[in-house]
Amino acid sequence: MIKLENVTKRFANGFTAVDDVTLEIQEGEFVVLIGPSGCGKTTTMKMINRLIDPTAGRILIEGTDISKLDPIQLRRRIGYVIQEVGLLPHMTVAENIALVPRLQKWPRAKQMQRVEELLNMVGLDPETSLQKYPRQLSGGQRQRVGVARALAVDPPIMLMDEPFGALDPITREQMQDEFIKLQQRVQKTIVFVTHDMDEALKFADRIAILDRGRIVQCDTPRAILHNPANNFVRDFVGTDHTLKQLSLIKVKDAMIENISTVRLEDSIHNVRQLFATGYRSIVVVDEQGMVRGYINREDAEKASASQRVSEVMVTPISTIAHDKSLKEALSKMIRNDAGYLAVVNEQSKLVGIITSSCLHKVVGEPYLDSGIAV
Amino acid sequence: MHYLLQNPERVLSLTIDHIQISAAAVMASVAIGVPIGIVLTRLRFLQGIVLGIAGVLYTIPALALFAMLIPFFGLGFKPTMVALILYSQLAIIRNTVSGIETINPSIIEAATGMGMSGMQLLFLVQIPLGLPVVMAGIRMITVMAIGVATIASYIGAGGLGDLIFEGIFTFDTGKIIAGALPICLLALLSDRILVKVQRRLEQWREDFHIGTQSKES
Repeated sequence: MIKLENVTKRFANGFTAVDDVTLEIQEGEFVVLIGPSGCGKTTTMKMINRLIDPTAGRILIEGTDISKLDPIQLRRRIGYVIQEVGLLPHMTVAENIALVPRLQKWPRAKQMQRVEELLNMVGLDPETSLQKYPRQLSGGQRQRVGVARALAVDPPIMLMDEPFGALDPITREQMQDEFIKLQQRVQKTIVFVTHDMDEALKFADRIAILDRGRIVQCDTPRAILHNPANNFVRDFVGTDHTLKQLSLIKVKDAMIENISTVRLEDSIHNVRQLFATGYRSIVVVDEQGMVRGYINREDAEKASASQRVSEVMVTPISTIAHDKSLKEALSKMIRNDAGYLAVVNEQSKLVGIITSSCLHKVVGEPYLDSGIAV
Repeated sequence: MHYLLQNPERVLSLTIDHIQISAAAVMASVAIGVPIGIVLTRLRFLQGIVLGIAGVLYTIPALALFAMLIPFFGLGFKPTMVALILYSQLAIIRNTVSGIETINPSIIEAATGMGMSGMQLLFLVQIPLGLPVVMAGIRMITVMAIGVATIASYIGAGGLGDLIFEGIFTFDTGKIIAGALPICLLALLSDRILVKVQRRLEQWREDFHIGTQSKES
Protein backbone atom coordinates (compact mmCIF):
# COMPACT_ATOMS: atom_id res chain seq x y z
CA MET A 1 0.00 0.00 0.00
CA ILE A 2 2.64 2.52 1.13
CA LYS A 3 6.29 1.90 0.46
CA LEU A 4 9.18 4.10 1.52
CA GLU A 5 12.40 3.28 -0.28
CA ASN A 6 15.64 4.66 1.15
CA VAL A 7 13.96 7.95 1.95
CA THR A 8 16.18 10.75 3.20
CA LYS A 9 15.26 14.30 4.11
CA ARG A 10 17.94 16.89 4.62
CA PHE A 11 16.71 20.39 5.41
CA ALA A 12 18.24 23.57 3.99
CA ASN A 13 20.12 24.16 7.23
CA GLY A 14 21.92 20.83 6.78
CA PHE A 15 19.96 18.94 9.41
CA THR A 16 19.18 15.39 8.36
CA ALA A 17 15.73 14.73 9.77
CA VAL A 18 15.17 11.38 8.06
CA ASP A 19 18.08 9.20 7.09
CA ASP A 20 17.66 6.35 4.61
CA VAL A 21 14.35 5.05 5.87
CA THR A 22 12.80 2.01 4.21
CA LEU A 23 9.39 0.86 5.33
CA GLU A 24 6.57 -1.05 3.74
CA ILE A 25 3.03 -0.72 5.04
CA GLN A 26 0.37 -3.24 4.08
CA GLU A 27 -3.23 -2.39 3.28
CA GLY A 28 -5.31 -2.11 6.44
CA GLU A 29 -2.22 -2.09 8.62
CA PHE A 30 -1.87 0.21 11.62
CA VAL A 31 1.72 1.36 11.80
CA VAL A 32 2.91 3.61 14.61
CA LEU A 33 5.99 5.78 14.19
CA ILE A 34 7.47 6.48 17.58
CA GLY A 35 10.59 8.06 18.99
CA PRO A 36 11.88 11.01 21.00
CA SER A 37 11.26 14.51 19.63
CA GLY A 38 13.46 15.32 16.68
CA CYS A 39 13.74 11.67 15.65
CA GLY A 40 12.11 12.33 12.28
CA LYS A 41 8.79 10.62 12.87
CA THR A 42 6.64 13.58 11.88
CA THR A 43 8.86 14.43 8.91
CA THR A 44 8.57 10.84 7.72
CA MET A 45 4.80 11.07 7.93
CA LYS A 46 4.59 14.42 6.17
CA MET A 47 6.53 13.06 3.24
CA ILE A 48 3.71 10.59 2.61
CA ASN A 49 1.24 13.38 1.76
CA ARG A 50 4.00 15.54 0.30
CA LEU A 51 3.78 18.33 2.81
CA ILE A 52 7.53 17.73 2.71
CA ASP A 53 9.35 16.31 -0.29
CA PRO A 54 12.22 13.89 0.30
CA THR A 55 15.79 14.82 -0.61
CA ALA A 56 16.52 11.29 -1.78
CA GLY A 57 14.70 8.01 -2.17
CA ARG A 58 11.12 7.55 -3.24
CA ILE A 59 7.70 6.84 -1.80
CA LEU A 60 5.19 4.63 -3.57
CA ILE A 61 1.49 4.44 -2.88
CA GLU A 62 -0.21 1.48 -4.53
CA GLY A 63 2.86 1.16 -6.71
CA THR A 64 2.86 4.76 -7.98
CA ASP A 65 5.75 7.07 -7.19
CA ILE A 66 4.01 9.94 -5.41
CA SER A 67 6.50 12.53 -6.68
CA LYS A 68 4.81 11.99 -10.07
CA LEU A 69 1.34 12.71 -8.66
CA ASP A 70 -0.33 16.09 -8.22
CA PRO A 71 0.14 16.81 -4.49
CA ILE A 72 -3.33 18.33 -4.18
CA GLN A 73 -5.07 15.28 -5.62
CA LEU A 74 -2.83 13.01 -3.55
CA ARG A 75 -3.70 14.79 -0.30
CA ARG A 76 -7.41 14.55 -0.95
CA ARG A 77 -7.05 10.77 -0.98
CA ILE A 78 -5.26 10.75 2.36
CA GLY A 79 -7.04 11.61 5.60
CA TYR A 80 -4.97 13.89 7.81
CA VAL A 81 -5.40 14.52 11.52
CA ILE A 82 -2.96 16.62 13.53
CA GLN A 83 -2.43 17.37 17.18
CA GLU A 84 -4.13 20.73 17.46
CA VAL A 85 -6.68 19.21 15.11
CA GLY A 86 -6.34 22.12 12.69
CA LEU A 87 -10.05 22.71 12.53
CA LEU A 88 -10.76 25.94 10.69
CA PRO A 89 -11.98 28.27 13.44
CA HIS A 90 -14.16 30.38 11.15
CA MET A 91 -16.11 27.41 9.84
CA THR A 92 -18.83 25.50 11.64
CA VAL A 93 -18.53 21.82 12.45
CA ALA A 94 -20.56 21.00 9.34
CA GLU A 95 -18.40 23.20 7.12
CA ASN A 96 -15.21 21.74 8.53
CA ILE A 97 -16.28 18.15 7.93
CA ALA A 98 -17.65 18.92 4.47
CA LEU A 99 -14.45 20.66 3.45
CA VAL A 100 -12.84 17.98 1.29
CA PRO A 101 -16.19 16.92 -0.25
CA ARG A 102 -16.70 20.59 -1.06
CA LEU A 103 -13.24 20.85 -2.64
CA GLN A 104 -14.17 17.75 -4.64
CA LYS A 105 -17.37 19.54 -5.71
CA TRP A 106 -19.84 17.02 -4.32
CA PRO A 107 -23.48 18.07 -4.63
CA ARG A 108 -24.64 19.96 -1.56
CA ALA A 109 -27.22 17.40 -0.43
CA LYS A 110 -24.67 14.59 -0.57
CA GLN A 111 -22.24 16.72 1.49
CA MET A 112 -24.80 17.25 4.23
CA GLN A 113 -25.81 13.62 4.26
CA ARG A 114 -22.18 12.59 4.65
CA VAL A 115 -21.64 15.10 7.45
CA GLU A 116 -24.50 13.64 9.48
CA GLU A 117 -23.32 10.12 8.83
CA LEU A 118 -19.80 10.96 10.04
CA LEU A 119 -20.97 12.83 13.12
CA ASN A 120 -22.96 9.77 14.16
CA MET A 121 -19.96 7.58 13.45
CA VAL A 122 -17.68 9.56 15.77
CA GLY A 123 -20.35 9.82 18.44
CA LEU A 124 -21.49 13.43 18.14
CA ASP A 125 -25.12 14.49 17.94
CA PRO A 126 -25.61 16.17 14.52
CA GLU A 127 -28.56 18.20 15.74
CA THR A 128 -26.64 20.06 18.44
CA SER A 129 -23.18 20.19 16.90
CA LEU A 130 -23.66 20.94 13.18
CA GLN A 131 -23.80 24.71 13.50
CA LYS A 132 -21.25 25.12 16.28
CA TYR A 133 -17.87 26.72 15.81
CA PRO A 134 -14.77 24.83 16.99
CA ARG A 135 -14.33 27.23 19.90
CA GLN A 136 -17.65 26.12 21.33
CA LEU A 137 -16.51 22.50 21.54
CA SER A 138 -14.49 20.71 24.20
CA GLY A 139 -11.10 19.23 23.33
CA GLY A 140 -12.53 15.75 22.93
CA GLN A 141 -15.35 16.97 20.71
CA ARG A 142 -12.91 18.87 18.52
CA GLN A 143 -10.87 15.71 18.18
CA ARG A 144 -13.92 13.77 17.05
CA VAL A 145 -14.68 16.44 14.44
CA GLY A 146 -11.05 16.21 13.29
CA VAL A 147 -11.35 12.45 12.82
CA ALA A 148 -14.71 12.84 11.07
CA ARG A 149 -13.24 15.41 8.72
CA ALA A 150 -10.34 13.13 7.83
CA LEU A 151 -12.78 10.33 7.01
CA ALA A 152 -15.07 12.55 4.91
CA VAL A 153 -14.26 11.20 1.46
CA ASP A 154 -13.49 7.74 2.82
CA PRO A 155 -9.78 7.86 1.98
CA PRO A 156 -7.96 4.52 2.05
CA ILE A 157 -5.05 6.01 4.01
CA MET A 158 -5.03 8.06 7.20
CA LEU A 159 -2.07 10.00 8.57
CA MET A 160 -2.38 10.94 12.22
CA ASP A 161 0.14 13.13 14.02
CA GLU A 162 -0.30 12.77 17.80
CA PRO A 163 -4.04 13.27 17.43
CA PHE A 164 -4.78 12.57 21.08
CA GLY A 165 -1.71 14.37 22.45
CA ALA A 166 -3.45 17.51 23.63
CA LEU A 167 -6.27 15.81 25.53
CA ASP A 168 -6.50 15.25 29.26
CA PRO A 169 -5.66 11.67 30.30
CA ILE A 170 -9.25 10.55 30.86
CA THR A 171 -10.67 11.93 27.61
CA ARG A 172 -7.57 10.63 25.89
CA GLU A 173 -8.10 7.07 26.99
CA GLN A 174 -11.78 7.24 26.09
CA MET A 175 -10.96 8.59 22.63
CA GLN A 176 -8.34 5.89 22.12
CA ASP A 177 -10.80 3.14 22.97
CA GLU A 178 -13.41 4.63 20.66
CA PHE A 179 -10.86 5.01 17.93
CA ILE A 180 -9.91 1.34 18.16
CA LYS A 181 -13.55 0.42 17.64
CA LEU A 182 -13.87 2.89 14.78
CA GLN A 183 -10.77 1.48 13.08
CA GLN A 184 -12.19 -2.04 13.35
CA ARG A 185 -15.16 -0.77 11.36
CA VAL A 186 -13.43 1.36 8.75
CA GLN A 187 -10.22 -0.68 8.34
CA LYS A 188 -7.99 2.12 7.07
CA THR A 189 -4.30 1.92 6.42
CA ILE A 190 -3.02 4.15 9.19
CA VAL A 191 0.30 5.83 9.82
CA PHE A 192 0.21 7.16 13.35
CA VAL A 193 2.85 9.33 15.01
CA THR A 194 3.22 9.46 18.77
CA HIS A 195 5.84 9.61 21.49
CA ASP A 196 3.71 7.63 23.93
CA MET A 197 4.67 3.96 24.07
CA ASP A 198 1.44 2.90 25.79
CA GLU A 199 -0.54 4.49 22.99
CA ALA A 200 1.62 2.75 20.41
CA LEU A 201 1.16 -0.64 22.09
CA LYS A 202 -2.57 -0.08 22.23
CA PHE A 203 -3.02 0.64 18.53
CA ALA A 204 -0.18 -0.76 16.51
CA ASP A 205 0.01 -3.78 14.28
CA ARG A 206 3.63 -2.77 13.90
CA ILE A 207 5.70 -0.16 15.67
CA ALA A 208 8.61 1.59 13.98
CA ILE A 209 10.97 3.10 16.54
CA LEU A 210 13.00 6.00 15.17
CA ASP A 211 16.13 7.60 16.51
CA ARG A 212 18.03 10.41 14.81
CA GLY A 213 16.25 9.88 11.51
CA ARG A 214 16.72 6.13 11.31
CA ILE A 215 14.40 3.25 12.03
CA VAL A 216 16.06 1.35 14.86
CA GLN A 217 13.48 -1.40 15.02
CA CYS A 218 10.22 -2.09 13.25
CA ASP A 219 8.18 -4.99 14.50
CA THR A 220 5.03 -6.09 16.26
CA PRO A 221 4.47 -4.72 19.77
CA ARG A 222 5.16 -8.14 21.30
CA ALA A 223 8.38 -8.63 19.40
CA ILE A 224 9.60 -5.18 20.41
CA LEU A 225 8.89 -5.86 24.07
CA HIS A 226 10.38 -9.34 23.87
CA ASN A 227 13.44 -8.65 21.80
CA PRO A 228 14.44 -5.01 21.85
CA ALA A 229 17.02 -4.51 19.08
CA ASN A 230 19.41 -2.46 21.20
CA ASN A 231 19.74 -0.41 24.36
CA PHE A 232 18.02 2.57 22.81
CA VAL A 233 14.89 0.55 22.21
CA ARG A 234 15.14 -1.04 25.63
CA ASP A 235 15.40 2.38 27.28
CA PHE A 236 12.65 3.78 25.13
CA VAL A 237 10.30 0.96 25.95
CA GLY A 238 11.03 1.64 29.60
CA THR A 239 11.86 -0.44 32.64
CA ASP A 240 8.22 -1.38 33.03
CA HIS A 241 8.20 -3.23 29.73
CA THR A 242 7.18 -6.41 31.52
CA LEU A 243 4.02 -4.75 32.69
CA LYS A 244 3.50 -3.28 29.24
CA GLN A 245 3.76 -6.77 27.84
CA LEU A 246 1.09 -7.97 30.23
CA SER A 247 -1.25 -5.33 28.86
CA LEU A 248 -0.92 -6.82 25.38
CA ILE A 249 -1.99 -10.33 26.28
CA LYS A 250 -5.55 -11.40 26.97
CA VAL A 251 -6.38 -13.55 29.96
CA LYS A 252 -7.88 -16.22 27.72
CA ASP A 253 -4.58 -16.64 25.88
CA ALA A 254 -2.60 -17.35 29.03
CA MET A 255 -5.05 -19.13 31.33
CA ILE A 256 -5.04 -22.78 32.35
CA GLU A 257 -8.06 -24.28 30.66
CA ASN A 258 -8.37 -27.88 31.76
CA ILE A 259 -8.92 -27.54 35.44
CA SER A 260 -10.62 -29.78 37.93
CA THR A 261 -13.71 -28.37 39.56
CA VAL A 262 -16.11 -29.60 42.18
CA ARG A 263 -19.87 -29.16 42.45
CA LEU A 264 -21.73 -27.59 45.34
CA GLU A 265 -23.41 -30.86 46.28
CA ASP A 266 -20.25 -33.02 46.07
CA SER A 267 -19.20 -34.66 49.29
CA ILE A 268 -15.96 -33.75 51.05
CA HIS A 269 -14.94 -37.37 50.71
CA ASN A 270 -14.79 -37.08 46.94
CA VAL A 271 -13.04 -33.74 47.16
CA ARG A 272 -10.29 -35.15 49.38
CA GLN A 273 -9.44 -37.62 46.65
CA LEU A 274 -8.94 -34.73 44.25
CA PHE A 275 -6.78 -32.91 46.75
CA ALA A 276 -4.66 -36.00 47.06
CA THR A 277 -3.43 -35.35 43.50
CA GLY A 278 -1.69 -32.22 44.72
CA TYR A 279 -4.17 -29.34 44.51
CA ARG A 280 -4.26 -26.80 47.27
CA SER A 281 -7.46 -25.08 46.21
CA ILE A 282 -10.30 -26.06 43.86
CA VAL A 283 -12.96 -23.93 42.19
CA VAL A 284 -16.57 -24.72 43.06
CA VAL A 285 -19.21 -24.45 40.31
CA ASP A 286 -22.94 -25.07 40.17
CA GLU A 287 -24.79 -27.19 37.63
CA GLN A 288 -24.87 -24.25 35.15
CA GLY A 289 -21.12 -23.98 35.29
CA MET A 290 -21.29 -20.69 37.19
CA VAL A 291 -18.47 -19.97 39.64
CA ARG A 292 -19.70 -20.12 43.23
CA GLY A 293 -16.57 -20.13 45.37
CA TYR A 294 -13.50 -22.21 46.11
CA ILE A 295 -12.45 -24.83 48.60
CA ASN A 296 -9.09 -25.09 50.40
CA ARG A 297 -7.25 -28.31 51.16
CA GLU A 298 -6.89 -27.48 54.85
CA ASP A 299 -10.61 -26.79 55.16
CA ALA A 300 -11.46 -30.04 53.38
CA GLU A 301 -9.16 -31.97 55.70
CA LYS A 302 -10.62 -30.42 58.81
CA ALA A 303 -14.24 -31.01 57.74
CA SER A 304 -15.99 -34.31 58.22
CA ALA A 305 -16.15 -36.60 55.21
CA SER A 306 -19.94 -36.53 55.05
CA GLN A 307 -20.21 -32.76 54.69
CA ARG A 308 -21.10 -31.16 51.36
CA VAL A 309 -18.79 -28.80 49.49
CA SER A 310 -21.30 -25.97 49.82
CA GLU A 311 -20.87 -26.06 53.61
CA VAL A 312 -17.09 -25.81 53.56
CA MET A 313 -16.33 -23.63 50.55
CA VAL A 314 -15.07 -20.04 50.76
CA THR A 315 -16.96 -17.22 49.06
CA PRO A 316 -16.68 -15.00 47.22
CA ILE A 317 -14.03 -15.97 44.73
CA SER A 318 -12.08 -13.44 42.67
CA THR A 319 -13.01 -13.68 39.01
CA ILE A 320 -11.94 -11.94 35.83
CA ALA A 321 -13.49 -11.79 32.37
CA HIS A 322 -11.54 -13.76 29.77
CA ASP A 323 -11.15 -10.78 27.41
CA LYS A 324 -9.35 -8.62 29.97
CA SER A 325 -5.60 -8.12 29.78
CA LEU A 326 -3.08 -9.88 31.98
CA LYS A 327 -2.21 -6.49 33.42
CA GLU A 328 -5.72 -6.20 34.79
CA ALA A 329 -5.53 -9.78 36.05
CA LEU A 330 -2.30 -9.05 37.92
CA SER A 331 -3.73 -5.91 39.39
CA LYS A 332 -6.78 -7.79 40.61
CA MET A 333 -4.67 -10.56 42.09
CA ILE A 334 -2.65 -8.05 44.06
CA ARG A 335 -5.68 -6.06 45.13
CA ASN A 336 -7.65 -9.10 46.27
CA ASP A 337 -4.57 -10.85 47.61
CA ALA A 338 -5.63 -13.89 45.59
CA GLY A 339 -3.27 -16.68 44.49
CA TYR A 340 -5.33 -17.17 41.35
CA LEU A 341 -8.39 -15.83 39.61
CA ALA A 342 -11.29 -17.78 38.15
CA VAL A 343 -11.69 -16.81 34.50
CA VAL A 344 -15.26 -16.42 33.26
CA ASN A 345 -16.71 -15.87 29.81
CA GLU A 346 -19.48 -13.46 28.73
CA GLN A 347 -22.10 -15.74 30.28
CA SER A 348 -20.20 -15.72 33.61
CA LYS A 349 -19.37 -19.40 33.15
CA LEU A 350 -16.04 -20.73 34.32
CA VAL A 351 -13.59 -21.25 31.46
CA GLY A 352 -10.28 -21.56 33.33
CA ILE A 353 -8.07 -20.06 35.96
CA ILE A 354 -5.17 -17.69 35.83
CA THR A 355 -2.33 -18.00 38.32
CA SER A 356 0.79 -16.00 38.92
CA SER A 357 2.78 -18.77 37.29
CA CYS A 358 0.80 -18.17 34.08
CA LEU A 359 2.03 -14.59 34.16
CA HIS A 360 5.62 -15.67 34.80
CA LYS A 361 5.43 -18.11 31.96
CA VAL A 362 4.35 -15.41 29.52
CA VAL A 363 6.71 -12.60 30.45
CA GLY A 364 9.53 -14.57 32.03
CA GLU A 365 10.46 -16.54 28.96
CA PRO A 366 12.83 -14.13 27.25
CA TYR A 367 14.87 -13.88 30.43
CA LEU A 368 15.17 -17.61 30.75
CA ASP A 369 16.09 -17.83 27.06
CA SER A 370 18.77 -15.22 27.34
CA GLY A 371 20.26 -17.02 30.32
CA ILE A 372 19.55 -14.30 32.86
CA ALA A 373 18.31 -15.74 36.12
CA VAL A 374 14.86 -14.65 37.20
CA MET B 1 -25.51 77.02 15.59
CA HIS B 2 -27.38 79.62 13.60
CA TYR B 3 -25.88 78.72 10.29
CA LEU B 4 -26.60 75.03 10.72
CA LEU B 5 -30.26 75.70 11.53
CA GLN B 6 -30.76 78.25 8.78
CA ASN B 7 -29.07 76.27 6.01
CA PRO B 8 -29.78 72.61 6.66
CA GLU B 9 -29.90 71.78 2.92
CA ARG B 10 -26.40 73.13 2.26
CA VAL B 11 -24.96 71.34 5.29
CA LEU B 12 -26.67 68.15 4.28
CA SER B 13 -25.49 68.28 0.68
CA LEU B 14 -21.90 69.05 1.79
CA THR B 15 -22.13 66.15 4.25
CA ILE B 16 -23.16 63.87 1.43
CA ASP B 17 -20.24 65.13 -0.65
CA HIS B 18 -17.94 64.48 2.26
CA ILE B 19 -19.23 60.95 2.70
CA GLN B 20 -18.83 60.27 -0.99
CA ILE B 21 -15.23 61.47 -1.09
CA SER B 22 -14.25 59.49 2.02
CA ALA B 23 -16.11 56.35 1.03
CA ALA B 24 -14.68 56.35 -2.49
CA ALA B 25 -11.18 56.83 -1.08
CA VAL B 26 -11.58 53.99 1.47
CA MET B 27 -12.94 51.58 -1.13
CA ALA B 28 -10.21 52.40 -3.63
CA SER B 29 -7.55 52.08 -0.91
CA VAL B 30 -8.81 48.64 0.09
CA ALA B 31 -9.06 47.55 -3.54
CA ILE B 32 -5.42 48.50 -4.06
CA GLY B 33 -3.88 47.79 -0.64
CA VAL B 34 -5.32 44.34 0.11
CA PRO B 35 -4.03 42.73 -3.11
CA ILE B 36 -0.63 44.34 -2.53
CA GLY B 37 -0.63 42.94 1.01
CA ILE B 38 -1.52 39.46 -0.27
CA VAL B 39 1.24 39.60 -2.86
CA LEU B 40 3.68 40.62 -0.13
CA THR B 41 2.84 37.49 1.90
CA ARG B 42 3.93 35.43 -1.13
CA LEU B 43 6.92 37.58 -2.09
CA ARG B 44 8.25 38.28 1.36
CA PHE B 45 11.51 39.83 0.18
CA LEU B 46 9.48 42.82 -1.09
CA GLN B 47 7.89 43.52 2.29
CA GLY B 48 10.66 45.79 3.58
CA ILE B 49 10.78 48.08 0.59
CA VAL B 50 7.01 48.31 -0.02
CA LEU B 51 6.15 48.94 3.62
CA GLY B 52 9.07 51.40 3.76
CA ILE B 53 7.67 53.45 0.88
CA ALA B 54 4.14 53.35 2.35
CA GLY B 55 5.60 54.46 5.67
CA VAL B 56 7.36 57.46 4.11
CA LEU B 57 4.16 58.49 2.27
CA TYR B 58 2.28 58.33 5.54
CA THR B 59 4.59 60.91 7.17
CA ILE B 60 4.19 63.63 4.52
CA PRO B 61 1.95 66.43 5.83
CA ALA B 62 -1.41 66.61 4.04
CA LEU B 63 -1.03 70.08 2.55
CA ALA B 64 2.46 69.29 1.30
CA LEU B 65 1.21 66.12 -0.36
CA PHE B 66 -1.64 68.02 -2.01
CA ALA B 67 0.78 70.65 -3.26
CA MET B 68 3.00 67.98 -4.77
CA LEU B 69 0.06 66.29 -6.49
CA ILE B 70 -1.44 69.44 -8.05
CA PRO B 71 1.09 69.61 -10.94
CA PHE B 72 0.10 66.07 -11.95
CA PHE B 73 -3.60 65.93 -11.16
CA GLY B 74 -4.74 69.55 -11.02
CA LEU B 75 -7.27 70.69 -8.41
CA GLY B 76 -10.40 69.08 -6.94
CA PHE B 77 -11.48 65.51 -6.59
CA LYS B 78 -8.60 63.73 -8.38
CA PRO B 79 -5.60 64.82 -6.29
CA THR B 80 -7.73 64.36 -3.16
CA MET B 81 -8.43 60.73 -4.03
CA VAL B 82 -4.80 60.09 -4.87
CA ALA B 83 -3.64 61.63 -1.61
CA LEU B 84 -6.13 59.70 0.49
CA ILE B 85 -5.21 56.44 -1.23
CA LEU B 86 -1.49 57.03 -0.70
CA TYR B 87 -2.04 57.82 2.98
CA SER B 88 -4.10 54.69 3.50
CA GLN B 89 -1.69 52.20 1.99
CA LEU B 90 0.50 51.75 5.06
CA ALA B 91 -2.40 50.77 7.32
CA ILE B 92 -4.09 48.52 4.76
CA ILE B 93 -1.00 46.75 3.45
CA ARG B 94 0.54 46.26 6.88
CA ASN B 95 -2.68 44.92 8.38
CA THR B 96 -3.29 42.61 5.44
CA VAL B 97 0.20 41.17 5.75
CA SER B 98 0.04 40.70 9.51
CA GLY B 99 -3.55 39.44 9.34
CA ILE B 100 -2.48 36.62 7.05
CA GLU B 101 0.92 35.94 8.57
CA THR B 102 -0.30 35.66 12.15
CA ILE B 103 -2.70 32.80 11.36
CA ASN B 104 -1.76 29.72 13.38
CA PRO B 105 0.57 27.67 11.13
CA SER B 106 -1.10 24.42 12.17
CA ILE B 107 -4.33 25.65 10.58
CA ILE B 108 -2.55 26.38 7.33
CA GLU B 109 -0.83 23.00 7.48
CA ALA B 110 -4.07 21.15 8.10
CA ALA B 111 -5.76 22.98 5.23
CA THR B 112 -2.87 22.22 2.89
CA GLY B 113 -2.75 18.63 4.10
CA MET B 114 -6.40 18.21 3.20
CA GLY B 115 -5.65 19.10 -0.39
CA MET B 116 -6.40 22.81 -0.80
CA SER B 117 -4.81 24.55 -3.76
CA GLY B 118 -3.02 27.86 -3.21
CA MET B 119 -6.07 29.85 -4.31
CA GLN B 120 -8.46 27.81 -2.16
CA LEU B 121 -6.16 28.31 0.80
CA LEU B 122 -6.18 32.06 0.15
CA PHE B 123 -9.92 32.50 -0.28
CA LEU B 124 -11.24 29.85 2.11
CA VAL B 125 -8.71 30.23 4.92
CA GLN B 126 -6.23 33.10 4.78
CA ILE B 127 -8.54 35.94 3.78
CA PRO B 128 -11.43 35.01 6.12
CA LEU B 129 -9.06 34.49 9.04
CA GLY B 130 -7.03 37.62 8.28
CA LEU B 131 -10.12 39.76 7.81
CA PRO B 132 -10.48 40.99 11.42
CA VAL B 133 -7.01 42.54 11.27
CA VAL B 134 -7.71 44.04 7.84
CA MET B 135 -10.97 45.47 9.23
CA ALA B 136 -9.03 47.18 12.00
CA GLY B 137 -6.96 48.84 9.29
CA ILE B 138 -10.09 49.88 7.40
CA ARG B 139 -11.44 51.54 10.54
CA MET B 140 -8.24 53.48 10.93
CA ILE B 141 -8.18 54.77 7.37
CA THR B 142 -11.88 55.65 7.40
CA VAL B 143 -11.45 58.06 10.28
CA MET B 144 -8.29 59.35 8.69
CA ALA B 145 -10.02 59.86 5.32
CA ILE B 146 -12.84 61.84 6.89
CA GLY B 147 -10.28 64.10 8.56
CA VAL B 148 -7.96 64.60 5.62
CA ALA B 149 -10.90 65.13 3.22
CA THR B 150 -11.68 68.24 5.27
CA ILE B 151 -8.30 69.76 4.43
CA ALA B 152 -8.82 68.73 0.80
CA SER B 153 -11.54 71.30 0.38
CA TYR B 154 -8.63 73.77 0.35
CA ILE B 155 -7.73 72.41 -3.07
CA GLY B 156 -11.34 72.41 -4.22
CA ALA B 157 -12.51 68.92 -3.33
CA GLY B 158 -15.70 70.18 -1.71
CA GLY B 159 -17.28 68.62 1.34
CA LEU B 160 -17.72 69.96 4.85
CA GLY B 161 -14.25 71.50 4.83
CA ASP B 162 -15.75 74.25 2.66
CA LEU B 163 -17.83 75.48 5.60
CA ILE B 164 -14.88 75.44 7.96
CA PHE B 165 -12.61 77.38 5.64
CA GLU B 166 -15.37 79.87 4.79
CA GLY B 167 -15.98 80.31 8.51
CA ILE B 168 -12.30 80.86 9.23
CA PHE B 169 -11.93 83.50 6.53
CA THR B 170 -15.10 85.36 7.52
CA PHE B 171 -14.72 84.99 11.30
CA ASP B 172 -18.06 83.15 11.30
CA THR B 173 -18.03 80.74 14.24
CA GLY B 174 -21.48 79.44 13.29
CA LYS B 175 -20.19 78.27 9.95
CA ILE B 176 -17.14 76.63 11.51
CA ILE B 177 -19.37 74.71 13.87
CA ALA B 178 -21.79 73.83 11.08
CA GLY B 179 -18.81 72.17 9.32
CA ALA B 180 -16.94 70.72 12.27
CA LEU B 181 -19.87 69.18 14.09
CA PRO B 182 -21.06 66.93 11.24
CA ILE B 183 -17.45 65.88 10.58
CA CYS B 184 -17.03 64.73 14.17
CA LEU B 185 -20.36 62.92 14.09
CA LEU B 186 -19.48 61.33 10.79
CA ALA B 187 -16.16 60.03 12.11
CA LEU B 188 -17.72 58.64 15.29
CA LEU B 189 -20.68 57.10 13.51
CA SER B 190 -18.69 55.41 10.74
CA ASP B 191 -16.32 53.95 13.33
CA ARG B 192 -19.24 52.53 15.29
CA ILE B 193 -20.74 51.00 12.15
CA LEU B 194 -17.42 49.44 11.17
CA VAL B 195 -17.00 47.99 14.66
CA LYS B 196 -20.39 46.32 14.22
CA VAL B 197 -19.38 44.94 10.83
CA GLN B 198 -16.13 43.68 12.29
CA ARG B 199 -17.95 41.87 15.12
CA ARG B 200 -20.23 40.23 12.59
CA LEU B 201 -17.27 39.06 10.52
CA GLU B 202 -15.48 37.48 13.45
CA GLN B 203 -18.51 35.89 15.00
CA TRP B 204 -16.56 32.62 15.24
CA ARG B 205 -14.02 34.32 17.47
CA GLU B 206 -16.43 35.44 20.13
CA ASP B 207 -16.68 33.36 23.22
CA PHE B 208 -20.43 33.37 22.66
CA HIS B 209 -22.40 33.01 25.82
CA ILE B 210 -20.60 31.24 28.57
CA GLY B 211 -23.61 29.05 29.33
CA THR B 212 -23.73 27.44 25.91
CA GLN B 213 -20.17 26.11 26.01
CA SER B 214 -21.03 22.46 25.88
CA LYS B 215 -18.95 20.02 27.84
CA GLU B 216 -17.98 16.51 26.90
CA SER B 217 -20.78 14.21 27.93
